Amino acid sequence: MFAELVSSDTRAPKQGTWERVRKGADKLTTPLLPDDYLTLLNPLWSSRELRGRVEKVIPETDDAATLVIRPGWGWRYQHRPGQYVGIGVDIGGKFHWRSYSVSSPPKRSGRTLAITVRAMPEGFLSDHLVNGLEPGTIVRLATPSGDFVLPDPPPAKSLFLVGGSGITPVMSMLRTLDRRDTMSDVVLHYASTTPERMIFRSELAALHEKHASLTVHEWFSDDQGIFDLAGLDALAPDWRERETWACGPAPMLDAVEAHWERHQIGDLLHLERFSLQLGTDGGEGGAITFRNSLKEIEVDGATTVLEAGENAGVGMPYGCRVGICHTCTVTKINGTVRDLRTGEEFNQPNEQVQTCVTVPVGPCTLAI
Amino acid sequence: MAIADVQEYCHLTDTDVEAIGRELDAIRERVEQARGAADAAYIRRVIRTQRWMAASARIGMIVSSPLEPRYRRPILAASAISLGLAKILENMEIGHNVMHGQWDWMNDPEIHSSSWEWDTGQPAEQWKHSHNYIHHQFTNVLGYDNDIGYGVLRMAREQKWHPVNLGQPVYNALLAGLFQWGVALHDLDLEAIRTGKKDPKEMKRQLRQILKKGRNQIVKDYVLYPALSGRQWKSTLKANATANVMRNVWAYLIIFCGHFPDGALHFTEEELEDETRAEWYLRQILGTANFEGGKLLHIMSGNLGYQIEHHLFPDLVSNHYAEISPEIRALCEKYEIPYTTGPLYKQYGQVLRTIHKLALPNKMTSDDRPPTGKDVTIEHGRLHHEDRQERRTELGGWSRTKEGARG
Repeated sequence: MFAELVSSDTRAPKQGTWERVRKGADKLTTPLLPDDYLTLLNPLWSSRELRGRVEKVIPETDDAATLVIRPGWGWRYQHRPGQYVGIGVDIGGKFHWRSYSVSSPPKRSGRTLAITVRAMPEGFLSDHLVNGLEPGTIVRLATPSGDFVLPDPPPAKSLFLVGGSGITPVMSMLRTLDRRDTMSDVVLHYASTTPERMIFRSELAALHEKHASLTVHEWFSDDQGIFDLAGLDALAPDWRERETWACGPAPMLDAVEAHWERHQIGDLLHLERFSLQLGTDGGEGGAITFRNSLKEIEVDGATTVLEAGENAGVGMPYGCRVGICHTCTVTKINGTVRDLRTGEEFNQPNEQVQTCVTVPVGPCTLAI
Repeated sequence: MAIADVQEYCHLTDTDVEAIGRELDAIRERVEQARGAADAAYIRRVIRTQRWMAASARIGMIVSSPLEPRYRRPILAASAISLGLAKILENMEIGHNVMHGQWDWMNDPEIHSSSWEWDTGQPAEQWKHSHNYIHHQFTNVLGYDNDIGYGVLRMAREQKWHPVNLGQPVYNALLAGLFQWGVALHDLDLEAIRTGKKDPKEMKRQLRQILKKGRNQIVKDYVLYPALSGRQWKSTLKANATANVMRNVWAYLIIFCGHFPDGALHFTEEELEDETRAEWYLRQILGTANFEGGKLLHIMSGNLGYQIEHHLFPDLVSNHYAEISPEIRALCEKYEIPYTTGPLYKQYGQVLRTIHKLALPNKMTSDDRPPTGKDVTIEHGRLHHEDRQERRTELGGWSRTKEGARG
């Protein structure tokens, strides 16, 4: 799943003795942290940036794979079923970040975390994750986030509408229901272009075998065409009463959203969109949100992010103002900015940008 | 006077200047494109090496403390040298370059200009202001660039002589030995404090930062590690002091060879007026000096032997300076611009000569470098933030808390 990355402010609710000892030892390692030296021994022995080691890459279909990741220190197995996690991968010396739904259920045993990724056309990172990632690779992780989650206990009756790799957050929910043995009356409608591209097909069949209350409808759009939502009446006549989770490509979600609105049951619907990359093409300029200062400003495509921040009254760091000194560098949490010098666009989440020589392209959020 | 009036540039037409700018931009672009996995591997390797050197030095001092002197002493000596070299490597090739943003392209928050804190007295934030901004933007402009003599030494004939300058040989030796603390106070601008021009709030903030950083550094090297060595605490303390002095003298030497050898010119503020990007490039070339040496020497000096390349492209990865250096040199030859370089001993010899000559009034000594302009004299002290171009008065814009970045 591709979604907005949220920074890891919510980490570390309580500290163990070992962590306190480690923190105390920083008087010996200042200005570095003990973790900076411990990673010399084991790359996972640091909680400064969350890390994980790719243990296994399991092919699911021709173009999708599940990455089993062993998280390092600082990781808490607290994700809620359906949430996504940020993963940062070093490609060509540079960290690229994306978010993917966690497909494994939350649990401490096993000490691993799984995400399932489909290689998208033009999806440079997803392709690398599916086809280029060697077991043993160290990746960076961001804490899980997202509101597309299953409550505990689950609703008595639920409906899942899934298109393509939108299955991943739903799989985490179904696995959780299975593991906790709380599988209620669940209907899953799962559309894929072909049976071969359907991720987790056999596992879903097995879950259905095990839990009679789980119904799985498969839909193959290459043969059957796009599923008409009017067909829901035949599929699950009580769909209006079911709490519904929908995840899939944008046109599908737009149709689902409109359908639920039409029946005035929008409050029963939860949506997870593949892409929040809205507004990145077309017009220049945009609304800049300064997250820590709680300020926002709308600027045109000729106003640098630095000027925008100053106009909004944010204490922006700055130096030479011509792109030399890097004093003005700030973390961009999401959105796209364009470098005025080269025309290069920076559209990665959690990316460091030089505010004095970049302009916003669509809405973006900065950590300052 | 514009930069084109500087004697070394008189023969250049505006078209030439712009052409030089374009050629340099093209080199910059090429290096930016070439950055990749090999460069990331390089800096990670340097960082790993440096941390192993530091860690083994610290451990060596502790574990050797109960041993007999004939075993203990060689381990102690090796540890002190290893620690000194680790500090040098950290300050020069890692810290200085990371804080310039050379490695920001990796998008790795652990190796990033916004979060790097280095193993020396000066807080990173103040360094980024005094060095990245003041020194690199106003390189060698009299009254603007605080690095001309660091407010301690008279390094330009245009600076007015004062009897206090007679002590220069002594100040110079003190500065070399205590360099990290001199640097720590650099951004405070003691001159401004003395004349009451410093914003007291900003001064307090900076002082607090310096005290906190300085305390951590001192406690680490002179209290905690000696304490861990038990009865041999004195040896560890001495070893750590040796390592710090090693680093101080080396950093001083390298930095002084960047702008004080004879070929490096000074400029006046008139040259800043309407300065174009290409003219800024020219000023960097003319105001800076390289030194020659082997690969190891260059790594241990943070590739500042390629000071000219560094000043042209302060945020390009340092491990590429060597490869672009012949191109810059050829460009200088093509346009008949001086490209100052020489062996390290020769460059430092010129620096020493200048320090000693300028302890005396101008009329008692001869000039070794091309004059900056006719009868240029500036008063003691620095111009202040309010007087600088494109500055805003509130310096709060500089403050960035490090807590967030450090988890």
